[in-house]
Amino acid sequence: MSLNFVDLGLICMIFYLTVIFGCQLAGELLKMALELPVPGPVIGMVLLFAGLVIHRGIPADFAKVGDAFLANLSLLFVPAGVGVMLHMAMIGEQGLAISVALVGSTLATISVTALIMRALSGRRNDDGISEGDVSDG
Amino acid sequence: MDKGLDEIWVYLSASPLLALTLTLAAYQLGNWIYQKGGRNPLLNPVLIAVVVLVSVLMATGTDYATYFEGAQFVHFLLGAATVSLALPLYRQIERVRQSALAITVSLLAGSLTAVASAVGLAWSLGAGEDILVSLAPKSVTAPVAMAIAEQLGGLPSLTAVLVILTGIVGAALGPLLLNLIGVKDMAARGLAIGTASHGIGTARALQVSEVAGAFAGLAMGLNALATAILLPLIWSWVF
Repeated sequence: MSLNFVDLGLICMIFYLTVIFGCQLAGELLKMALELPVPGPVIGMVLLFAGLVIHRGIPADFAKVGDAFLANLSLLFVPAGVGVMLHMAMIGEQGLAISVALVGSTLATISVTALIMRALSGRRNDDGISEGDVSDG
Repeated sequence: MDKGLDEIWVYLSASPLLALTLTLAAYQLGNWIYQKGGRNPLLNPVLIAVVVLVSVLMATGTDYATYFEGAQFVHFLLGAATVSLALPLYRQIERVRQSALAITVSLLAGSLTAVASAVGLAWSLGAGEDILVSLAPKSVTAPVAMAIAEQLGGLPSLTAVLVILTGIVGAALGPLLLNLIGVKDMAARGLAIGTASHGIGTARALQVSEVAGAFAGLAMGLNALATAILLPLIWSWVF
């Protein structure tokens, strides 16, 4: 009996995995068919979002599968990051310009976006709720 | 004995299993150091894992293509994870709807700041044109950034690296900067980190708060769209 129960959960998970990959696949196809400038997975995200809006909720097992991916999102960037070794020489030659541009621009972008967002939505959100650990966000 | 070890090494280095296992192990080491270091954003797990893996590959004379044969299994899941960002976004649908105008304006301002400041700073320090073009889309998620760089005549593989470095910088320094300028609202924090440092920033934001994660994921998607449309136009006007 308990084996049946486990199997059912697994089948549910495989079903939702299929939904996720199906959205990605549909996104890739749409990108190619309509020559959209956005990558397939981002279009897949929009499709899944639309699906959730139509379905009016996230099934509990779906949340388990999706959140498992998101909990380990950082890991998935490691292989691409190791690609830095391919360009060590060029990055070394122009290291100062590149590092100043990367750090300066990233900090400028974060400040501009956050300050404008706060200025524009500040009045509506001043309900005094502080969420999570601010020192770590 | 030595010959035996050599044979094992030749066998293992030709199999994707070793690179895959090393990637998972390096990431767990990075996470362990991050936890032990009191979750200091500077001890970013991706940064630590990349440094460890590059050192190991260089020390053993392994090239990136060989490593990627194994690591591609991890890399492949990036698409599915991006699709899954619809979940936190859906959970925050009310907040997103309430501040749709604020999101649009701050995102466009952030998107333009990202391009202009990166190109401006690098140009003023004498970077070559290759670097400038490859640097321009650096705040956008890697596949889009690579496509934009290619369209403008940059080096897509260099862009991929600059994108990842930008993500690491934003995830490591962003939270400290936001504390410094006193932005506490999780929606604004998430939007800023997602705009500046795409998926790596989003991964970081998700670990801290569902709200920040949802807004970061939204910003990542919108910034990819905005930059893909605006940057080629701006580039053709300026150059």
